[in-house]
Amino acid sequence: MAKLDTPALEQSFLNNHGKNPIRAWLFSTDHKRIGILYLLSIGFFFLVGGLLGGLMRIELIAPGETIMDPQTYNGVFTVHGLIMIFLVVIPGLSAVFGNFFLPILIGARDVAFPKLNLLSWWLYIFGAILAISSQFLGSGAPDTGWTFYAPYSTETGSNVVLAVFSAFVLGFSSILTGLNFIVTVHRMRAPGMTWFKMPLFPWSLYATAWIQVLATPIVGVTFLMIVAERLFQIGFFDPSLGGDPLLYQHLFWIYSHPAVYIMILPAMGVVTEIIPTFAKKHIFGYKAIALSSLAIAAVGYFVWGHHMYTAGMSGTARWFFSFLTFIVAVPSAIKVFNWVATMHKGSITVRTPFLYTLAFIFLFMIGGLTGLWLGALATNVHLHDTAFVVAHFHYIIFGGMGFAFFAGLHYWYPKMFGKMYDEKLANVAFVIIFIGFNLLYFPLFIIGMQGMPRRYADYLPEYTGGHFWSTMGAIVLITGALLMIYNLIIRTRKKGTPAEMNPWGGKSLEWTLESPPKEHNFDEIPTITENPYNY
Amino acid sequence: MAHSNPLLEHRDDEGAKIGMWIFIFTEILLFGGLFLVYAVFRNQYSEDFHTAAFELNAFVGTLNTVILLCSSATVAMSITAVLKKDRKTAMILLGITLVLALVFMVNKYFEWSHKIHEGIYPGSELMADLERGELLFFSLYYFMTGLHALHILIGMTILTVILFKVRNGSVNDDKIVLLENGGLYWHLVDLIWIFLFPLLYLIT
Amino acid sequence: MDDKNKKHITSYQTYGIVLVGLLILTFISVGVTWIELGPLTVTVALLVASVKVFIVLTYFMHLKYDSLFIKLMVAGIFILFAVIIVITFLDYWFR
Repeated sequence: MAKLDTPALEQSFLNNHGKNPIRAWLFSTDHKRIGILYLLSIGFFFLVGGLLGGLMRIELIAPGETIMDPQTYNGVFTVHGLIMIFLVVIPGLSAVFGNFFLPILIGARDVAFPKLNLLSWWLYIFGAILAISSQFLGSGAPDTGWTFYAPYSTETGSNVVLAVFSAFVLGFSSILTGLNFIVTVHRMRAPGMTWFKMPLFPWSLYATAWIQVLATPIVGVTFLMIVAERLFQIGFFDPSLGGDPLLYQHLFWIYSHPAVYIMILPAMGVVTEIIPTFAKKHIFGYKAIALSSLAIAAVGYFVWGHHMYTAGMSGTARWFFSFLTFIVAVPSAIKVFNWVATMHKGSITVRTPFLYTLAFIFLFMIGGLTGLWLGALATNVHLHDTAFVVAHFHYIIFGGMGFAFFAGLHYWYPKMFGKMYDEKLANVAFVIIFIGFNLLYFPLFIIGMQGMPRRYADYLPEYTGGHFWSTMGAIVLITGALLMIYNLIIRTRKKGTPAEMNPWGGKSLEWTLESPPKEHNFDEIPTITENPYNY
Repeated sequence: MAHSNPLLEHRDDEGAKIGMWIFIFTEILLFGGLFLVYAVFRNQYSEDFHTAAFELNAFVGTLNTVILLCSSATVAMSITAVLKKDRKTAMILLGITLVLALVFMVNKYFEWSHKIHEGIYPGSELMADLERGELLFFSLYYFMTGLHALHILIGMTILTVILFKVRNGSVNDDKIVLLENGGLYWHLVDLIWIFLFPLLYLIT
Repeated sequence: MDDKNKKHITSYQTYGIVLVGLLILTFISVGVTWIELGPLTVTVALLVASVKVFIVLTYFMHLKYDSLFIKLMVAGIFILFAVIIVITFLDYWFR
């Protein structure tokens, strides 16, 4: 935490008022403190997941066994997926910046159910402990991949039950956050803030919250079925017990495809807040952006089958899912168009958050367009389960959600901690991260198209070049990420200057508060008269 | 820093109710996943489901349906009683609800132990010899009624807490949202049983 | 907040009548199983169950007196679930 050495910090929510700091943090129902608890825990798991990813890249630097045997590799990619998906990117933006800024942006003092909010975080930690211990307890780390496909997940000797149960608990945490946000948006908007005067980050969080609430239960019960199958031989998915493995894939993807939108929608919301601030221009197509969030949430719910083209689905189902997959690209494209149109003829100042935002748009477009290759039936058959898929979803999840997270972090950091970081160093870190990211994942598109399968610990010599450069990219990326962390934590703590109230010249409500905000945000709840983007 | 906490003054019954409904949606979809599994397998093995359902005791099923419907009515009535400031009746009605729930669980216990005694339970030798659809039917039977029974237990816990809160007056005609939400949860348990009952017991 | 003082109190009689109605519907759906309807048996059972659920939602769960927003959400959930079933069966029916 930042040291309380300025008057602003003294009066802010960061002051413990002499209470035991551990209790004052771990049992605080203040949405801002909970947001920071999530930031720290998610940051920690991001590093763990990143480390595992780095180990995988080192194993793949050359053909043959480098640092681990194939079974260990299976465990490592499963844990990497489990941690990154369930502990980092799904809660990611909505739990950190959603918690911190949703109430502030709509002019409220807290979320609708502050205690429930704290419970969500505790469930998250409980689930995280289960997930980590599943790696060490019992009969070895799960080796199924994060998808837990049956019947392998019901037969393998590794510790699937605990891992699956941890995902169940984490899902519960995610549901409670979603529920909280929906009620908050409905009931706690400041007087005068009609739906179409609400900033667009809350809009995207609202759409996200609905997916969290409506999709997560399905995978919850599916995971319970896996547990029942392993413990009591209640067979729904194992053919030897009468079940149908393909049904598992349906149930799993009914959640896990919308989960992609749980990750990306808040990212789009963050970007939509940042662009008008730095272009000094009203957001282009406000309503189109707001409604496209809902459209993405609604249509995105029904495209799960595009993960299963080669699994033996009926032809009818396949063209249907492919068709809807193309439809869902439309609202995403509307957003990209509106972001670019907002920048058009704006008076742009290029600062660190804006750089990450530009990178987001670029990487998200690569990820999104390659998604259409995968969404098309014919090309999918060729690309299914290759490194191409790995590259595609890392461009969406890391290049999209991850870069938006970094953008939001640099955008709101002065507001959250009351200190300004070294922007030059932040820009250097950005350049390194951006280069490293592309060097890491772009070669995977190419070797994927040439036929490199995903999830393999070993490969034929012809893929050596791509894998080598990819591993180099991983090293560059990790260097950049460590530099960013050094800048934000260590350097700012020592040399950060006190942040102004409104360092970027933004117009939304958080910039009317002190940096960092007081305990209950607003002394007086503001009355809203105009749209948040009137520059 | 002795300023009053504005959050403590914040109270929004409508918001609490919306929150409860959203939670109920998640429960509906949780069971919805199971109903989807049921639909898929029944579509594939309707003959087997038909024969297997004969093994279940429709009388016990009907009895439990009646019990749950009555308990739902008593919870709903207890809200009326609290709103009429009739604390005693409210407590009696909630007490009846809890007794009915207990009777439901006892019935369930005897029903399950009878089936297990007959050798029909997951992993048994007899189950392995059954037709594929019959096997799935009994798997679904145990899983769905088991998960439902778990919800009954949770509901009983919630209603017990509320009963005590009615007694000490912290749930009253002005602050009734907790009882209303507890009631909603109990009706949800009823709602799910209303679908489970015909799908498991009445498809003979 | 706005409707704190005009909370609707449903009478005991109403709940009694609703309960009797639900019990009658239960016995109807049990009785129907004795009639040989072939594949229609399930349809009838589910129809009766849907009517019962509708009654429980309207009266016991108080939807009749709730805001339009809550009503729409509840309707939306059942529609959503129906759509999920139909889409999944696009696979199973056409294999």
